[in-house]
Amino acid sequence: MKYSYFPGCSLKGLGRSYEESLLPVMKQLGVEIAELEDWNCCGATAYMSVDEAKAGVLAARNLAIAEKSGPHDLLTPCSACYLVLNKTKHNLEDFPDIRDTVHNALRRGHLTYSGNTKVRHPLDVLVHDVGLEAIKQKVVRPLKGLKVAPYYGCQVVRPYSTFDDAWNPTTMDRLLAALGAEVVHYPLKTKCCGGSLTGTVPEAGLRLTYILLKEAVRRGADVIATICPLCQFNLDAYHDQIDRRWGPARIPTVYFTQLMGLAFGLPARQLGLQRNFIPMKALGTERATV
Amino acid sequence: MEVRRTIKYEADRVRGFSKEIMSVSGCDQLQSCIQCGTCSGTCPLSIYMDFSPRQVMALVRADFKNEVLASKTVWLCASCYACTVECPRKIRITDIMYALKQRAIKDGIYPRHFPIPILAKEFSEMVRRKGRITETLLVMRLFLKANWRAVLGSWRLGLGLIRTGRFVVRQEHIERQAELTAMLAAANQGNGKPKEAA
Repeated sequence: MKYSYFPGCSLKGLGRSYEESLLPVMKQLGVEIAELEDWNCCGATAYMSVDEAKAGVLAARNLAIAEKSGPHDLLTPCSACYLVLNKTKHNLEDFPDIRDTVHNALRRGHLTYSGNTKVRHPLDVLVHDVGLEAIKQKVVRPLKGLKVAPYYGCQVVRPYSTFDDAWNPTTMDRLLAALGAEVVHYPLKTKCCGGSLTGTVPEAGLRLTYILLKEAVRRGADVIATICPLCQFNLDAYHDQIDRRWGPARIPTVYFTQLMGLAFGLPARQLGLQRNFIPMKALGTERATV
Repeated sequence: MEVRRTIKYEADRVRGFSKEIMSVSGCDQLQSCIQCGTCSGTCPLSIYMDFSPRQVMALVRADFKNEVLASKTVWLCASCYACTVECPRKIRITDIMYALKQRAIKDGIYPRHFPIPILAKEFSEMVRRKGRITETLLVMRLFLKANWRAVLGSWRLGLGLIRTGRFVVRQEHIERQAELTAMLAAANQGNGKPKEAA
């Protein structure tokens, strides 16, 4: 099994522990990954607010490089990247005007794109290509007794997901159960975390984050598992401001790949768990992180 | 006694605005809006908006350009796509919000010192020059442009990022920047075909 890999900017910055845990987990499962050559920023939500044509060109350059570099699906862990790349694929199919503009621009870079790159999320690949049975076989330290709230956020499941439901996705629930964890019923699993509003309009953005945290605590979860670098940052990094505004709702938020790594017996440090603001308690009594 | 008019005159409308927005790819379904309010109901941020998403749909369709572009609503949309998925008329409301953001930036009509459009502009500028985003550097630039006092308020967050090794100070960039620049410049010229007469 081989995939091209589009990390996106976050996985080299604020979300680096996502990459730090994703790569060794995939390696353990025998999945080959090659980082996309000279990839550029997908444009995220911000570029689309400024210029739609250029946003399409940015995303399409990556799709074109992926197509050129082989027949492999493009593994895209960040939710914003996943959405933007998939949206661009749809736009290129549906709107001739965008298609012409983008193809014209690609030619300037001596690139072509004929629509063949499949953009896949690691959750999709892990559950549907690798399979839960193969994952179970790698578990050496089941996450017994660990209560996990599965949080998907918005942009992987809406509106372009090809592998799960827009409101009640279950892929991660099943994956976590395969690791031996106790999956907490978490109806807010696809509610918005506030996105970049946590920084720009904290009164509104952080409120959304607070609601997610508070509900996970109320449901008795030990930890929130996330699939998106911005969700992880929002749920983890703003606790002091949340404490001051609405009172404490302290619970660690980690990437689902970090939980997989722990279950596979990899040391916490190799999985980037020391990068959390709110550290996760180890499966025993001692702390997993410094 | 100070009074304020709360109903718009027909003369406040900017004729042709709705047509312009509906001509943006993916936005043409707006005309089939039945004003049911499902968008406002599913929107997690509508409680903070000056116009609800349903009202924005009505205002755009009725050509109230200035009211819509000066509102906070379009900038409070976090792009969670809940409205788009739920709309019974299959209107791509999130995409209409994007079309409105683009229009507001193009025309220079948005709430002054509001950090979100400034973030969008700084973001695109960094991508144009470097091809990639280094988040911590982007946020610093945003603070300097929008509200330098916010830096002081966020010192704890900054320290935490340094402590956890997430504060990246080296700018990420791509190798073939010239290629990307040429491609973005080409996007400015549209689809490479002669423009139709307006």
